[in-house]
Amino acid sequence: MSEPIVKFQDVHKSFGDVKVLKGIDLEIKPAEKVAVIGPSGSGKTTIIRMLMTLEEPTAGDIIVGDQNLWKMEKNGNMIEANDKHLREIRGDIGMVFQHFNLFPHMTILENCMTAPIHVKKESKESARKHSIEMLEKVGLGDKLDNYPSQLSGGQKQRVAMARALVMRPKVMLFDEVTSALDPELVGEVLEVIRDIAKDGEMAMILVTHEMDFALDVADKVLFLDEGVIAEQGTASDVIEHSKNERLQSFLKRFRS
Amino acid sequence: MITISAISEIFPVLMQGIKITITVLLASIVCGYLFAFIAGFCRLSNNVILRKFTGLYVEVFRGTSLIVQLFWLYYALPILFGFDLGSDFWAGVLAISLNYGAYMSEIVRGSILSVAKGQTEAATALNMSSFQRMRLVIFPQAVKMMLPEFGNYLIQMLKATSLVSLIGMTDILYYGDILRSSNLSQAPTVYLLVLVFYFILALPLIFLTRKMESISKKGVASE
Repeated sequence: MSEPIVKFQDVHKSFGDVKVLKGIDLEIKPAEKVAVIGPSGSGKTTIIRMLMTLEEPTAGDIIVGDQNLWKMEKNGNMIEANDKHLREIRGDIGMVFQHFNLFPHMTILENCMTAPIHVKKESKESARKHSIEMLEKVGLGDKLDNYPSQLSGGQKQRVAMARALVMRPKVMLFDEVTSALDPELVGEVLEVIRDIAKDGEMAMILVTHEMDFALDVADKVLFLDEGVIAEQGTASDVIEHSKNERLQSFLKRFRS
Repeated sequence: MITISAISEIFPVLMQGIKITITVLLASIVCGYLFAFIAGFCRLSNNVILRKFTGLYVEVFRGTSLIVQLFWLYYALPILFGFDLGSDFWAGVLAISLNYGAYMSEIVRGSILSVAKGQTEAATALNMSSFQRMRLVIFPQAVKMMLPEFGNYLIQMLKATSLVSLIGMTDILYYGDILRSSNLSQAPTVYLLVLVFYFILALPLIFLTRKMESISKKGVASE
């Protein structure tokens, strides 16, 4: 078995007095696809936001590869990570957001090219080439010079995926990426995710409400409830055969 | 009485002041925007001292009158501290630009803060440094939001330049005052023409402001 690429060790997170996560232990192997399901407010999104360094955990360790994400060693002591340390590790992680968060002042192509050029110091030509390839892959090769405001929600989300993929992350995070879409646009986005998942090498963590999709794509499903992982296992174990009552009632609401 | 002959007499005299009005305006615009950006960024800094100090500057200059600030720079500073700005020109420009810079720094700060938080998060997820996030993602969008207000302040700065006549600078209003003091009956014609002068100078600025407003409507993610 290969070493996990992401490990959560007793991770807690509070916002003020509200305890959102109460001890998360979690291992994700390279290329593993993990779906995180659970009622809203259960802390699903917070898990991946901490991994993306958008929220700092209140306690516990998040390990990416062999490095502690939020802590670093200095003179033999573990201290809070600085920006440089975060940047070193963050390069392995990519994220797609519920509300796309495309850069509205840039064209679709520029949205994809900017980070490779400025962050990875790729040449303009090679960044352009890779970005176009990736945009073609998500079916938007004909929209390169359009601005985000000229696209539908589903197209925007596909651009957001291309933008994240161009950075070649080892772990890709999907934060309810279909929740803000009109129902008829959900399909095209899930199709692209399925496609990416088939390519294999990248680990994926999907926070999602699409149960059938989770069942189809995920190797592992986590059911998060009241800040803890209440149930985990293969997709069919968790979604079809679990005896956990809260999970059952949660699923019932989606299956009606 | 406002007569054609009076107008033709007054017009060339006022024309002599136009150069001063325009140079003071241009210098004030450049320095004013400079102060606005410096102060705006300082107020967003992580450094508490810098933030508080800039906050003090902004409140003092917004909370006191421009004309008093002008007199301080021109009359009081040299006597108190032996600190002479060297010319009435720089006293005038500094007073106007420090004053309007204080107002506009709030626009800079507010615009940067009102770029949607998701933009910073997306840039972070692409592993940009904090400087790159500002330069590539936040600032270009924030500038667009600043434009309409910046345009309004251009016009206000033009009107504020008339105060420099009070420290003896020979701008449009200065020549107007001279004409009025030599012949009081001409006052209506003089001040009518002074108004017309300022309005004509303001026209391109008004046009520019409209233009800035239309640019700013495009391509910004705000909350």
